[in-house]
Amino acid sequence: MEPHRLSPEQEAQRRRRSIAIGLALGALVVLFFITTMVRLASNVAGG
Amino acid sequence: MSDLSTGTVKPLGPEAAVASTGGVGDYVALLKPRVMSLVVFTAAVGVLVAPGHLHPWLVTMAVLAIAVGAGASGALNMWYDADIDARMKRTANRPVPRGAISAGDALGFGLMMAGGSVFFLGVLVNWAAAGLLAFTIFFYVVIYTMWLKRRTPQNIVIGGAAGAFPPMIGWAAVTGGIDAASISLFLIIFLWTPAHFWALALLRSDDYRRAGVPMLPVVAGPAETRRQILIYAVMTVLASGLPLTFGLGGLTYAATAVVAGAIFLWTAVDVFRIVDQGRARKAAGRLFGFSIVYLFCLYAALLAEWAIGRWV
Repeated sequence: MEPHRLSPEQEAQRRRRSIAIGLALGALVVLFFITTMVRLASNVAGG
Repeated sequence: MSDLSTGTVKPLGPEAAVASTGGVGDYVALLKPRVMSLVVFTAAVGVLVAPGHLHPWLVTMAVLAIAVGAGASGALNMWYDADIDARMKRTANRPVPRGAISAGDALGFGLMMAGGSVFFLGVLVNWAAAGLLAFTIFFYVVIYTMWLKRRTPQNIVIGGAAGAFPPMIGWAAVTGGIDAASISLFLIIFLWTPAHFWALALLRSDDYRRAGVPMLPVVAGPAETRRQILIYAVMTVLASGLPLTFGLGGLTYAATAVVAGAIFLWTAVDVFRIVDQGRARKAAGRLFGFSIVYLFCLYAALLAEWAIGRWV
């Protein structure tokens, strides 16, 4: 069985999906970091 | 599950195993962004009007998690209902029946978003709200989509609870629990849902009949549907007064509830009394459109009063 080759359009779409997943993961890291800082600051301020 | 042998669902070829042809836009469509916008708004109102304080950043995170959870429910609904969607004009162009995203990809995407949103809300805000979000997703996907939707004309009456939970989840994000005031926010949307959806079902009954979905107009006919719409519209307007008894909202909310409620009732009475085919469709269309405006006005009034109380 011949290996399936992606069309240029499919390759472009896969690349766009990969970028979107990468950006989403990066955004999650940033969100968790900021939230940790916010909670930490609140806890420190609250004694 | 989705029956790929019927309707216009395209059987997926070997290339589907290698890569879904769906673009980022198709995955966004899986999240039902229009439904999500109402969820975001009502959840945000729930968070903001709840007694207590939550850091603005955590408010944003809570609403984001609730929105993603709602989107996950939408994706799982599209996975399960692909066969029905393919037979209805309104939904035939959704990514799964169109073949842009495979049912398996929609399932994986939905599960990942569902798990992620519950975890996110639990870790970043609190686990009471996360538990409610998990229950809401379960209710929409399992109770409504898998169990009720294809079996009973009461599907959207009971299933409507899923759409009514977001303000309660928002409230729980601040208070860590449920109380009578948050239940009043829930009840407004819960009682509003049948009138809203049955107005749409009156317009799309042929679609639902073709898809084999036992919506009320298909099973009981338009006359009974119009009667039930009026009953639920009356109950919704009565329920809109409940927040006032729990100290939510004041004069602005009361005035909005009375004026918008009167228009909502008027449009529901029109649907009830106009039976002439063409005019009846227009009346149902007006009720469907205004029902969205009505719900928005009620929650916007609560939000406005919260903002006024905070800054004036």
